[in-house]
Amino acid sequence: MDTYSIFRAFADSWGLLAMMLFFIGAILMLFRPGARAMHHDAANIPFRDDAPHPAPTNTDVKGDRDA
Amino acid sequence: MEIIKLIVLAMIAVLAAMAANFGQDWPYSVHMFIVMACAFYLFVKALQKFGDPRAPVDTGYQDDVVRAGVIATSFWGIAGFLVGVYIAFQLAFPALNLDLPFTTFGRLRPLHTSAVIFAFGGNALIATSFYIVQRTCGARLWGGNLSWFVFWGYQLFIVLAATGYLLGATQSKEYAEPEWYVDIWLTIVWVAYLAVYLGTIIKRKEPHIYVANWFFLAFIVTVAMLHIVNNLSLPVSIFSSKSIQLFSGVQDALTQWWYGHNAVGFFLTAGFLGMMYYFVPKQAQKPVFSYKLSIIHFWSLIFLYIWAGPHHLHYTALPDWAQTLGMVFSIMLWMPSWGGMINGLMTLNGAWDKLRTDPVLKMMVLSLAFYGMSTFEGPVMSIKVVNSLSHYTDWTIGHVHSGALGWNGMITFAALYYLTPRLWGRARLYSTAMVNWHFWLATIGIIFYAASMWVTGIMEGLMWREVDAQGFLVNSFADTVAAKFPMYVVRGTGGLMYLAGAIIMCVNLWLTARGVGQTHTQPTAQAIPAE
Repeated sequence: MDTYSIFRAFADSWGLLAMMLFFIGAILMLFRPGARAMHHDAANIPFRDDAPHPAPTNTDVKGDRDA
Repeated sequence: MEIIKLIVLAMIAVLAAMAANFGQDWPYSVHMFIVMACAFYLFVKALQKFGDPRAPVDTGYQDDVVRAGVIATSFWGIAGFLVGVYIAFQLAFPALNLDLPFTTFGRLRPLHTSAVIFAFGGNALIATSFYIVQRTCGARLWGGNLSWFVFWGYQLFIVLAATGYLLGATQSKEYAEPEWYVDIWLTIVWVAYLAVYLGTIIKRKEPHIYVANWFFLAFIVTVAMLHIVNNLSLPVSIFSSKSIQLFSGVQDALTQWWYGHNAVGFFLTAGFLGMMYYFVPKQAQKPVFSYKLSIIHFWSLIFLYIWAGPHHLHYTALPDWAQTLGMVFSIMLWMPSWGGMINGLMTLNGAWDKLRTDPVLKMMVLSLAFYGMSTFEGPVMSIKVVNSLSHYTDWTIGHVHSGALGWNGMITFAALYYLTPRLWGRARLYSTAMVNWHFWLATIGIIFYAASMWVTGIMEGLMWREVDAQGFLVNSFADTVAAKFPMYVVRGTGGLMYLAGAIIMCVNLWLTARGVGQTHTQPTAQAIPAE
């Protein structure tokens, strides 16, 4: 087979499958148990350095949103 | 180590001098002369420091290079906008080409695009990424002075690219015009950039890698890949600026637009989203609306963007299936783009009152609004039927500028306003009123620009396809040029307003850094909302 056909055959079979599985896996990883606490922690990283303002807590944010 | 550095610099200076002498064309010789001058300057500086006792180990964040980046961003911004305004008026008034080869539209146009995308945008990305990665990792930049090599190496790349365009050296690939040796130099600088960035992430004190760093890392890695593949070429001589592309025909075209569109996707989108995911939460003093959504935004964006390039080649020799593939992925891209925009805007939920007192936050909101608008317009224009009208017209130019001036420009201005007081240790900006002036000048300027380009783009698209009862084309190309004149003047005026706003910003930032009149102004960064 010529190079084009080899690449093409790989791209629309195993390559496609591998990328789909990786993508779906990455999205599913987000919804695993325990991710919520980790994400909440990670979302507050920017407020942990030398900022004069303390990091808002989760309850503060929730309260603001409801208001 | 020091002696090796001296020997290497001396060798570079001598070899560059030889190359300048043997150079087969003007741009090449001029470039080698610049390289020689830089190497000689560094040699003298290294010689002066030779044998000095070692400087004490630096602690804390490496912010000198970020300060330099803020200055460079402002400088190149003004330069790029100025050239943009000039070439906009060249299209309205051709006499401005001045009948000189160096000042023709064909040479100034890549100067403008590279100056705003790579010099203004690139310096903004390097500076903000260095600032953000240190603060979200709790670590000093890895590699000591390597970050300075990245900064100055990148400035040298800009100077070589810009002088090359003016002197006529180009490989004629849009947004990738610099010739082979400039490409090689950028590759070296970029690998150093990746090393600094990755090194800092590896030695981080935070357990997590904050999402902004994901976007920056995707931007650095992908741009490296795009740059290398799109610039595969063979120089005709080691002493010539001319090179021959490895690919030809439609393969070359697809490679070019795979590069070109992902320059938009990863340079102007992923990298700037890294800025957005740090500065918007910081300025609003609230964590990002949904961290989960930001990660979905990340993976969807990078998985979809890379396939969207073929929409630049609708109705060309590119196979039909590839055109359709590009179109479908472009339309799918709408979703992650809007997910990201909503995530940014919703971060302000419960803090919308801050918009009344904080024009910097207002700029961030406007940039997100333009991000949303241009990522909606883009998919629409990628649809083949729409593209048959919009392609090759000024509509495309309007689309690019609503993205670049609105999204990239405004988020960069906001970042500069955020960074300057902090980097120079000032309590606040010199003047909030000036930020407001900048905001409105830029906003109205963009509206002038985008609206006039819609009108003239759709008009010329319709004029090109207009046929009479016998099936003959009604309009000649020159007819469309004449019809577009008023819109070109409006566009130039919009650009002038945008430039004026940026000049006001530079004055404001300069006075802020100098600490002038700090007692007379209201704080902006930590404005207290009026309840």
